[in-house]
Amino acid sequence: MGARHTHPLYVHGHSRVHRLAPEVKVAAAVAFVFGVAVTPRQALWVFAIDAVMLLVVVALSGIGPRFVLTRLLVILPFIAFAFFIPFVGSGEQVEVLGVAVSREGLWGMWNVVAKATIGATVSILLAATTEVPRLLTGMGRLRVPATLTAIASFMVRYLELLAGELRRMRIAMASRGYDPRWLWQARPVATSAGALFIRSYERGERVHAAMLARGYTGTMPEIDERRATTGEWLAGALVPVVAWLAAMVALVAG
Amino acid sequence: MHAPDGFLNAGTAATTGVISAGAIGVSLRQMRSTLGDKQVPLAGVTAAFIFAAQMFNFPVAAGTTGHLLGGALAAILLGPATGAVVVTVVVVVQALAFADGGLTALGYNVLNMALVPAFGGYGMFVLLRRVLPPNATGVVVATGLAAGLSVPLSAMAFSIEWLFGAAAPVPFDTVFVAMVGVHLLIGIGEGVLSAMAVGAVLAARPDLVYGARDLTRAQAAERSRVGLRAFVIGGVLVALVFATVVSQFAAPDPDGLERVATDQGFADSAQDHALATSPFADYATQGLDNETLSLAVAGIMGVVITLLVGLGVAFTVRDRTTRRRAAESTSAGAR
Repeated sequence: MGARHTHPLYVHGHSRVHRLAPEVKVAAAVAFVFGVAVTPRQALWVFAIDAVMLLVVVALSGIGPRFVLTRLLVILPFIAFAFFIPFVGSGEQVEVLGVAVSREGLWGMWNVVAKATIGATVSILLAATTEVPRLLTGMGRLRVPATLTAIASFMVRYLELLAGELRRMRIAMASRGYDPRWLWQARPVATSAGALFIRSYERGERVHAAMLARGYTGTMPEIDERRATTGEWLAGALVPVVAWLAAMVALVAG
Repeated sequence: MHAPDGFLNAGTAATTGVISAGAIGVSLRQMRSTLGDKQVPLAGVTAAFIFAAQMFNFPVAAGTTGHLLGGALAAILLGPATGAVVVTVVVVVQALAFADGGLTALGYNVLNMALVPAFGGYGMFVLLRRVLPPNATGVVVATGLAAGLSVPLSAMAFSIEWLFGAAAPVPFDTVFVAMVGVHLLIGIGEGVLSAMAVGAVLAARPDLVYGARDLTRAQAAERSRVGLRAFVIGGVLVALVFATVVSQFAAPDPDGLERVATDQGFADSAQDHALATSPFADYATQGLDNETLSLAVAGIMGVVITLLVGLGVAFTVRDRTTRRRAAESTSAGAR
């Protein structure tokens, strides 16, 4: 089967954002989103600065606004929840379009929507410009335990395969006329989950044996040797530092 | 429940991040002692299984579907420590590579979706196994109840985090009732599916079910006759009992009264409480007509979650020491 070697969110490219060392990108993304998270919600100008910086980076990456917007749909359920906040929120009530809503609730809604949108855009940008193996290398260099990143890379490697097995089980069941509509008809789904677990466990054991045969000693060799340069760290630090400075100014000015 | 950024305040995000990182560190050490150098391929491929299991759409009613969450299932099949690590990896990769769940939300997303279901679910599982018969049916029923209840348990954990770090002025009891209520329903599907999946594994490879290692081959093959329908009905009954308890708590829901208070303009005067200096976010307790009650319930829930998670951890540690002792005594015997 022609398995993809990337994941659905990755957009192939050679932009400056794509080329930046993965450890810099992960660190910058986390630092920036934390900077946004501590921003007081009334500081609209800070959110404006953050959004503009983010849009500039998206433009630099060349992944296209359309791609980002479609992927942003993931957070829609939470945005929907946020729209209920003004109605169930407590405190002083104000009239909006003739409906009494909570002023605090409106701010709460804005807070969730703004931070969730910026955060999700950053996640999409990171995933779209960094292949999973590089993401994991980057995390490893940021002192995330090697066991964890190694497990994650195995997971990503075998995900497509197991999803394929799952699809084939589904097709086999459907072609035999299985079309469940109620929870008590779910047993075949559950037993195929059990079967898939046994298959994956046994595959894990086989893979381990194969690794031992190739001289595995408990750690995975690192293939990508290139480390981030000081210049890359400085370039990556720019956006989060500005976001944090703006957030601090807003906090102090309060 | 992949919460995006900004759902809880930065302090709560950071605190839960530290708690989760610590718990994963401990789990990693536990996992290494059970799996040895098999850990990377085994945990990796089973993590892919959990990820795929979340794509298993099962029918719920009239053609609508739900999907497995798999936290408790992973803990029962692989042991709580490995299960917690595996689900954590799934949640982290979903955030990083699929933009599902915020980066700053990782602390509480990992806590609620991996650690609480794995350790809390396993704690309930072991407790239930004590009162159920030591055979396949006992394991299957315990799995169903533990996996089912692990879902509202996660919702409770989220509600408590909301109490500390709400990002919006929705009172704790509204969030609690909505979250736990919805997740009780989700829990029914999770419980039924997990139970049947574990039943299938028990039938084919009983040695692969961590939570059933104490069973002999004969016991693992022994099934009492419990119909699937009886099981579903039982699950619904448990959910109903829970829902009743929850609604008892929801009864003093202050929305109506509070609206009156606002309209009359005396809501502000009721604000300054001893709680004004408490660590709880103002929002979460603001507007409750009985703060003591709601804090008491939150407190009890916190204790229950901590106890169950603690039990799960204690059972793993004990398993490990008994196994080491057994290993030592056999090696001593060999000498």
